[in-house]
Amino acid sequence: MKTSLKLMAASSLFALAAGSAAAQTELRMMWYNDGIEGEVMQSILDRFEEAHPDISVTLDVVPYQAVLESLPIQLAAGNGPDIARVTDLGGLSEHYLDLRPYIEDPEYWETNFGPFLDWLDPDGDAINGFMTQLTVTGPYVNRTLFEQAGVDLPGEGATWEDWAAAVNEVADALDIPIPMAWDRSGHRVAGPAISQGAAMFDEEGNPALVDEGLQRMAQLLYDWHQDGTMSLELWGSVSGSSYLGANEDFANANVVMYMSGSWQIPQFADTIGDAFDWWAVPAPCGAAACTGMPGGAALAAIADTEHPEEVGILMDYLAQEEVLAEFYGRTLFIPGHLGLAEGGIEFDADDPRAVHALETFAAAVPGISPVAFQLQGYPNNRVMFNALISRLNEAIVGELTLEEAYARMEEDIANQLAESNR
Amino acid sequence: MPHVDKTPVNTGEMLQNVVAWPIRILFKLLDYPISAIQRLIGIRRMPWLFLLPNLAFFGMFVIVPLFMNFAYSLTGGTELFLRDRPLTGTEQYGFLFDCENYADPVSCREDRFWKGIFNTSVFIFFQVSFMVLFSLITALVLNREIRARGFWRAVFFFPVLLSPVVVALIWKWILLRDGILNAFLISIGLERILFFVSPEWAMFWAVFVSIWAHMGFYTLILLAGLQAIQPDLYEAAEMDGTSKERVFFRITLPLLWPNMLVVIVLALIKGVQVFDEVYVLTGGGPGTATQFIVQYIYNTAFTNQVQNFGLASAASMVLGVVLFVLTLTQLAATRRRDNG
Repeated sequence: MKTSLKLMAASSLFALAAGSAAAQTELRMMWYNDGIEGEVMQSILDRFEEAHPDISVTLDVVPYQAVLESLPIQLAAGNGPDIARVTDLGGLSEHYLDLRPYIEDPEYWETNFGPFLDWLDPDGDAINGFMTQLTVTGPYVNRTLFEQAGVDLPGEGATWEDWAAAVNEVADALDIPIPMAWDRSGHRVAGPAISQGAAMFDEEGNPALVDEGLQRMAQLLYDWHQDGTMSLELWGSVSGSSYLGANEDFANANVVMYMSGSWQIPQFADTIGDAFDWWAVPAPCGAAACTGMPGGAALAAIADTEHPEEVGILMDYLAQEEVLAEFYGRTLFIPGHLGLAEGGIEFDADDPRAVHALETFAAAVPGISPVAFQLQGYPNNRVMFNALISRLNEAIVGELTLEEAYARMEEDIANQLAESNR
Repeated sequence: MPHVDKTPVNTGEMLQNVVAWPIRILFKLLDYPISAIQRLIGIRRMPWLFLLPNLAFFGMFVIVPLFMNFAYSLTGGTELFLRDRPLTGTEQYGFLFDCENYADPVSCREDRFWKGIFNTSVFIFFQVSFMVLFSLITALVLNREIRARGFWRAVFFFPVLLSPVVVALIWKWILLRDGILNAFLISIGLERILFFVSPEWAMFWAVFVSIWAHMGFYTLILLAGLQAIQPDLYEAAEMDGTSKERVFFRITLPLLWPNMLVVIVLALIKGVQVFDEVYVLTGGGPGTATQFIVQYIYNTAFTNQVQNFGLASAASMVLGVVLFVLTLTQLAATRRRDNG
């Protein structure tokens, strides 16, 4: 009798558990990592699940390349995740979910994420998500090498040419293989090109990549590759628009100056630590400005989700000021929440280099050129970035002349925009 | 005294019966519907019934995508589904073939397509030639009575078992600026070589790594061909005092030729399809020096912000035609070999 009672109790419990499991909604979030942010997000999601036992969230961590190449196809086929961390903010806007009906206080979102909501939805006023980080492009230098070589760091207002001369002096003195390295990315070239006077758009707002400003920067990059200031190994060793970073070479002290951006801070704090003085410096100047490019990654809700209400609940939870304060603080990301940016974030960093880098990049934001903001907000900006980096690279390795490369850049952009407008 | 049956029990036979029993039952059960179908369609059409599952699979995953690919090549725009894409006729093909001078890729409107074709042709020329040569030499050596022959056969076949990405990563680590090969060059007092910065070196290593990875497979085919040659032919030649060169050119090579032809055509087909190894090894660089036709298709369809499926499909169709011709040649070669 006792045994049958136990069996009945056990089967009832099992049925209850099965019932509750069946009632649980599963959300999938596509995510990529630059540093430790996946870990931080997972710990926040664990807390969310404890507070909302009826919703489970799976964090699908994928390579960044998958976000760029596979996600658009998944979204077009209607097989995407419920939420995704994206960097092609405006380019995927047609696939985003407007969260307005599903979030508690749209006004909170508008107040705190206002300008960035337009990046996600350039033509409308939808609320699609929020920025997991704001980024600013800019260079880092190995200050220890400068000290060892007895070369002074160029000061405020120094031009790209001044920096090139200084890093070559350091590299020559200490036999460092790569005086200067840039991420192989059109986005990285755009800021310095705008500094040289590139307008990027014509008067009607159509893309107009090639002008004197861009040519000045392209010529500098071309010359630096020929005279050894930049190593052909990074830009020259792959084709097309493939991204390549020099972060490992910089961390191994093979590079004196590395043009990248604020997202490298947590990684350098972790991998370099106090091995040498890695030091963020203000964006070098050109004839027109001293600007980097803004950018960043956003967490966007996807329109094809079968659970928009649960997605709304999760996004509301993640967008809370205290949750984002923890996220930005632990990941060392520049906040994409205006309230937090204004009030300041308590960054989880003891490393003075990391703190200095955060301050340097945050201080660069007010000086970012309006052209850079316009370019970042342009939904087809990757068409321009890809044409720029791939054709410039073909000129650098000697397959095209610079003149031919400029003509090809414009053709590539025109062809791709024509295809997308069919 | 009780009667004891002393007939020996055959355990193997018993086991066989136990295993065979359910199979026999299954066949019995299948017999009814199969017999009914045979009565319905006649015995001559029965082979089609057995081919049907395979044909359905082949149709779904090869024939249907082939026609879909052709349909995509006649459309434009960026929509994923065919029904949403505007019809553009042969415009994509026109764009691909719009060239002032076909010998100069830079003069073509879609220069990267032609660079892909040019690079693929160079790759195939060197890769197939050296692959066949080295496979033949290796097969001839492994066919002889050498010490630890089994071990050496395994050594040469081992890279075939590796994933192309693994192969490429291993060689990339060897060839990098701070890789093993450069460490060795420096240790013997030579200069470091940046292999992936030079177009010639990049192409050389793309060919070399591809040969290293696939040679074992072709060696195996040639070894099988060598072992099929009647030993009495060699004995007769030896008795006649024929020189080794003459034996090779008059007996071995002619009798091995059908296998050689299969190897050449298979290597050609594989060469035209080359992508993964080289993509991981060189990324198609420097510049576009090792960007092959399949990488062009991949880039056009997937890596650009504007994913041009129509143009990529048109390029795929061109590649498909080349592969179709090569496959027909291979079939003809195989038939010729089988017919002696």
